[in-house]
Amino acid sequence: MRFSVLSLAREALTGHRGWTPTWRDAAPRDAYDVVIIGGGGHGLATAYYLAKEFGIRNVAVLEKGWIGGGNVGRNTTIIRSNYLLPGNEPFYEQAMKLWEGLEQDFNYNAMVSQRGVLNLYHSDAQRDAYARRGNAMRLNGVDSELLDRDGVRAMAPFLTFDDARFPIQGGLLQRRGGTARHDAVAWGYARGASDRGVDIVQHCEVTGFLREAGRVVGVETTRGTIRAGKIGMAVAGHSSRVAGMAGLRLPIESHVLQAFVSEGIKPLIPGVITFGAGHFYISQSDKGGLVFGGDIDGYNSYAQRGNLAVVEDVCEGGMALMPMIGRLRLLRSWGGIMDMSMDGSPIIDRTPVDGLYLNAGWCYGGFKATPASGFCFAHLLARDEPHPVAAAFRLDRFASGHLIDEKGAGAQPNLH
Amino acid sequence: MRITCPYCGPRDVAEFTYLGDGTLRRPDPAAPGAAAAFHDYVYLRDNPAGRHTELWYHAGGCRSWLRAVRDTRTHAFESVALATDSVPSEQAQ
Amino acid sequence: MSHASQAAPLARDADGAGESRPRAGQPARLASGGLVDRTSTLHFTFDGRSLAGHPGDTLASALIANGVRLVGRSFKYHRPRGIFTAGPEEPNALVEIGTGARRTPNTKATTVELFDGLQAVSQNRWPSLRVDALAINQLGGPFLAAGFYYKTFMWPAAFWEKVYEPLIRRAAGLGGASGLPDPDLYEKSHAFCDVLVIGSGPAGLAAALAAGRAGARVILCEDDFALGGKLLAERREIDGRPGAHWARAAEAELAAMPEVTILRRCQVFGTYDDGVYGALERVADHVAAPRPGQPRQRLWRIVARACVNAMGAVERSIAFGGNDRPGVMTASAVRTYVNRFGVAPGRAVAVFTATDDGWRTAADLAAAGIGVAAVIDPRSGVAPALRASVGGARVLTGARVCDVRGGADGVRALEILHDGRRERIVADTLAVSGGWNPQVALATHKGAKPRWSEALQSFVPDAMPQGMRVAGAANGEMTLAACLAAGAARGEEAAAACGFTAAPAPAPRADDEPCGLVALWHVAESRSKAFVDLQNDVTAADVDLAHREGFRSVEHLKRYTTLGMATDQGKTSNVLGHAMMAALTAGGTDTVDMGRVGTTMARPPHLPVAIGAFAGHHRGKHFKPTRLSAAQVWAEGAGATFVETGLWLRAQWYPRPGETDWLASVSREVRTVREAVGFCDVSTLGKIDIQGADAGAFLDRVYVNTVSTLPVGKARYGLMLREDGFALDDGTTARLGPEHYLMSTTTANAARVMQHLEFCHQVLWPDLDVAMVSVTEQWSQFSVAGPRARDVMARLFGASDVSDASLPYMGCRATRLGGAPARVFRLSFSGELAYEIAVPARFGAALAEALAEAVAAHGGCPYGTEALGVMRIEKGHVAGNELNGQTTGRDLGLGRMMSKKKDYVGRVMAERPALVAPERPSLVGVRPVDPSQRLRAGSHFLRLGAEASVGNDEGYLTSVAFSPSLGGWIGLGFLASGPDRLGERIRAYDPVRGGDVVVEVVSPVFIDPEGSRLHG
Repeated sequence: MRFSVLSLAREALTGHRGWTPTWRDAAPRDAYDVVIIGGGGHGLATAYYLAKEFGIRNVAVLEKGWIGGGNVGRNTTIIRSNYLLPGNEPFYEQAMKLWEGLEQDFNYNAMVSQRGVLNLYHSDAQRDAYARRGNAMRLNGVDSELLDRDGVRAMAPFLTFDDARFPIQGGLLQRRGGTARHDAVAWGYARGASDRGVDIVQHCEVTGFLREAGRVVGVETTRGTIRAGKIGMAVAGHSSRVAGMAGLRLPIESHVLQAFVSEGIKPLIPGVITFGAGHFYISQSDKGGLVFGGDIDGYNSYAQRGNLAVVEDVCEGGMALMPMIGRLRLLRSWGGIMDMSMDGSPIIDRTPVDGLYLNAGWCYGGFKATPASGFCFAHLLARDEPHPVAAAFRLDRFASGHLIDEKGAGAQPNLH
Repeated sequence: MRITCPYCGPRDVAEFTYLGDGTLRRPDPAAPGAAAAFHDYVYLRDNPAGRHTELWYHAGGCRSWLRAVRDTRTHAFESVALATDSVPSEQAQ
Repeated sequence: MSHASQAAPLARDADGAGESRPRAGQPARLASGGLVDRTSTLHFTFDGRSLAGHPGDTLASALIANGVRLVGRSFKYHRPRGIFTAGPEEPNALVEIGTGARRTPNTKATTVELFDGLQAVSQNRWPSLRVDALAINQLGGPFLAAGFYYKTFMWPAAFWEKVYEPLIRRAAGLGGASGLPDPDLYEKSHAFCDVLVIGSGPAGLAAALAAGRAGARVILCEDDFALGGKLLAERREIDGRPGAHWARAAEAELAAMPEVTILRRCQVFGTYDDGVYGALERVADHVAAPRPGQPRQRLWRIVARACVNAMGAVERSIAFGGNDRPGVMTASAVRTYVNRFGVAPGRAVAVFTATDDGWRTAADLAAAGIGVAAVIDPRSGVAPALRASVGGARVLTGARVCDVRGGADGVRALEILHDGRRERIVADTLAVSGGWNPQVALATHKGAKPRWSEALQSFVPDAMPQGMRVAGAANGEMTLAACLAAGAARGEEAAAACGFTAAPAPAPRADDEPCGLVALWHVAESRSKAFVDLQNDVTAADVDLAHREGFRSVEHLKRYTTLGMATDQGKTSNVLGHAMMAALTAGGTDTVDMGRVGTTMARPPHLPVAIGAFAGHHRGKHFKPTRLSAAQVWAEGAGATFVETGLWLRAQWYPRPGETDWLASVSREVRTVREAVGFCDVSTLGKIDIQGADAGAFLDRVYVNTVSTLPVGKARYGLMLREDGFALDDGTTARLGPEHYLMSTTTANAARVMQHLEFCHQVLWPDLDVAMVSVTEQWSQFSVAGPRARDVMARLFGASDVSDASLPYMGCRATRLGGAPARVFRLSFSGELAYEIAVPARFGAALAEALAEAVAAHGGCPYGTEALGVMRIEKGHVAGNELNGQTTGRDLGLGRMMSKKKDYVGRVMAERPALVAPERPSLVGVRPVDPSQRLRAGSHFLRLGAEASVGNDEGYLTSVAFSPSLGGWIGLGFLASGPDRLGERIRAYDPVRGGDVVVEVVSPVFIDPEGSRLHG
């Protein structure tokens, strides 16, 4: 049902009895043109754009649990396109443009809120690194501003400007950055895809690939065999496991990232703020909770939970930066499994296995990428060639050396 | 999380830094196909959900490199040995 | 422990010998009974109104004593709300405690220990609690169903961020933060024990006694300010005496055991890996402000070999119309207020119970002389003993409450369904008992799924985290006798698991009380809003809507309706909501497979924890430790300005009177070095001592160039790669003896290089006979640079020691200085004739003083990191800005160093096509064509005339400096095919700072390219 003022009023006055399921909970059919493994944000977005932009509607999204239960439902909801490297920046800007029109596009309020993303710097070298990045953004036609200390103070007077261990010197601001309601992104894409004929199949775990003549032609699942013309993997966190079923080893490790929400409070923090001298970033949700996080725990994990040391590390960063949050209480925490790639950047590419396509390696930055990831993966699946803005996300870049290493951390995932 | 360093005893994980897969063996740079072998060594990982052989460094202690076996689903350590005393083996399934 | 606090005083008249008239000012305080100290009065305010209570009260019990019923407003509908529970599961009674910077929002009145001078204010209402403008949201109720915001606020598109969202944000949230820095201190403690006992109810006390008597080191954590748990709230007997007295005796015995630590006001909030538990002790939240130096709260990291989890259970509600009115409370809370606090929550209390347990509330009310309006039980068959226990109150079986009538002041009447018809019962309070939910969180934090218990109609722990045992109500053992027996047994087992055996002791005796129940989640006949999650205003209709729209998994239900996401974390609501969804999914049948439906995953913290407590003292200047050079005090005395360099503080420059800005000081320092002499503290550079027969071979494998051919007494510059072929670090290595090398690293990478070297040795090449140790902090090191450096050295060491013949360029030697061991190196970062002197760190300050005097005698001065940086840029030396992890040896202009004759870390991968591509940006120097123009690092390079777009981006500027020697700005950067483009003019484009400068590409070595000064 299309949402409009009229439909809302009608349902409000009739006890909301006319609302129908947001997406069809489909049973799997025997065959599809395209099967997407993974009913997370990227998988659902891929199906949506396949149907909407590329006219491919005979599509199934297979989800082993409930849709949106992976990292699209476990993140700090930040959207931004403030990247340095030419392989990354056009892609994230494409995502930002899609965010900006998303609600009108899929008729679902994902609460995209461009309240700004401010990255603080605390040294001359960090300032110059941010200037390099801000200038790269400008060269890509993306908004960026380099604020000095007074500029930061005007935006966020509550930060520690005096008596700081690493005094704030300024910040790199992207005003178009902000947040979105993460769950609603998954639901909106699911609804839009389902309305266009895509089968969204929950509780359907892929257990193997069906191969004929060296090519994958379908998947074995807990709900039977499903044949497919093409198969797209969008299972970040579990990419290595699913690719392993097709005999592939990936340049990826799975790590746990924790994040946190405070009790709800009246508006306190204007946009997204990241600390440059510690692992801490924060925003405030529409409901009033402070949403914050920091570094990954740093060891391989599929447990969806982390340990106390990182909780302390994150809160130490928070108190160093904004000691007004000391008496506010950390209410909830969660842990997501991150596809940490070896250069910190994602992979959207064909694989050495015919018929199998890969969307993986999103590290802890997959949420902001969701619309462009779906769009570009759909493009690759539909046309068998990469979308220009995602052309650098090749699987063979590790062999060729065309790495996209924003941090310069090298082939060690827990440093990215 | 706590790690039982063979030299120092059980210590908080904060004393250690993590490297990753402990089964990898640096290829022979002079052998044919060294470029491909190094690509696999530097970039490709088994990344199992389950038993994982991995390297930790006791940076805040004795500075030993440790080769541990740990379950990545539960975080439970099965064994921890000095890297110099243990031989890298294939990932136990 | 030094902060051990006193036990809460037991009331003198706890046995009921008091008078029977209401106390002045506390109209609802019972004449007798309760564990409050009536001999003492505490004054507090609520919304500015002065009220009184007693020691032993919570804010909630004191509010009830004063007849306050309306204490808050709900999140969405702003409905009037009262006190619903007597514990940390409270969804409604949230207040702001304290004033000014100590204002603490969202504090549960049920957990606030009353103190004299406490100031509490209601929240989420405007202009006042009684007249709340946003209560109008209730009229919009039909529009504000679950998930309404996803369907609306989209038209017109621009309105979401400009109009709707700001309105929503202002309306949302609960309490207000002060916005001021938290003035209090927080502390962290680590503790180790054999047996951690969580909870001091009957099971916890029995467990602690059993483990303690066995001799185990026990830590007993109790969230409340008094030990005893439910024993404080019940009229039950153990070993023939009141439960509270037994608890007091148990506490006394535990307190006398030297191996037992009791942590009161201490909540265990998380179970982590390997027996680690997180706990929060509220050290000074029960006083107006901490004493000077006293922490407000203390975060405990407890490492326990074994754990007895005796967290107890939480009573849940039932969804029926108006079940959120002030005066509707859980039945156990009503009982707690009567028995423990000696207050009457109402004068005519009805009890709506689906459990035997709820009947005890009626019985206790009757015993306290409080009117019981009716006992309403949906079951048709109720044991005669229960009927007899309620003192002749009206009993309605096979009946249910449909709707509660009342207003902001709370319940006025109930509409019940009885024998197929509706009946109105007048009551001012309703006690509800829907069943008990064992607190499974700590047992499931590590990912285990709880098991559904048909008998209990709730989840109970199943697989346990290693070392944990669950006892008592937390395990679904719901009677007092069962709790005591289970506690003692689990305590003994836990001690035994740690190697302690107890002498057999008789278990404390108590009766088993009836604990039957029937599952009742929702009264479908309700006509008004029936709440599931009180704080987040999730109603039965919302669960229904979520089901209709396909949000049926418990996680979808939670995320769509916000069930269980409020500050109470769903403690009273989750199981209720999940069961209602399960019933809908099952198509309305009674057989609901809750085991399959499951419940949402519990994650730490079990109770909300102040962010400040997690941070401890790591804030302000103490956020991270500060590393100081041995010459720090000298540098302070010399007036240095300092800069953070990683964890180090380094002298940045030494301003002199009359110098107006940093550039003046730095330029003077550079000129002084280039024209006379200066000295600089370089102690922060990493120093790694490497020894062994294979030390040279080892260094050959970690550096791109060969080190093993270095003669003793010489040093060599080296570059180190990561295995992926990119540059890791650079520095000089000196050979001090045949098997003895000293490596220097950059300040930033010292620890990483040390780790890398240990990796190369221990993991890659354990057979090499080599050992290494970091000596960064053991040696102070100073560079002495400038044309008169040798004069300064001669003054310190004597001329022969430092002659060019005895110590040529790149030479090094061990020597003595003023009786102390010293090392001298002929190294230069500045491009001048230069030395570095190292002495044991304890002599660092003395050497700094001696150097200051010596350079001054030769017209020199100390110089800081800025001048150091200017001079290295003038010389084209790379540093941290160039070693950014994205550059190769060739990019850095060091390609010729990369040996083709040997293997080294990174060699193979450095040959990948993209790493050797000639068009890669490589190191060049640049100078503005107009010498008056300033350069800024971070600018990008564009061809002249090219459009400013990413396709034309040719590189970037990494380091800039004003060169006093050249009289203008100079820079280093990476430019595509840079070394082939010397003499070309390009743009240094810096739009974020409004810069756009035409520069000429030049050699990165700006000064003395022949190096004649070095050898001077």
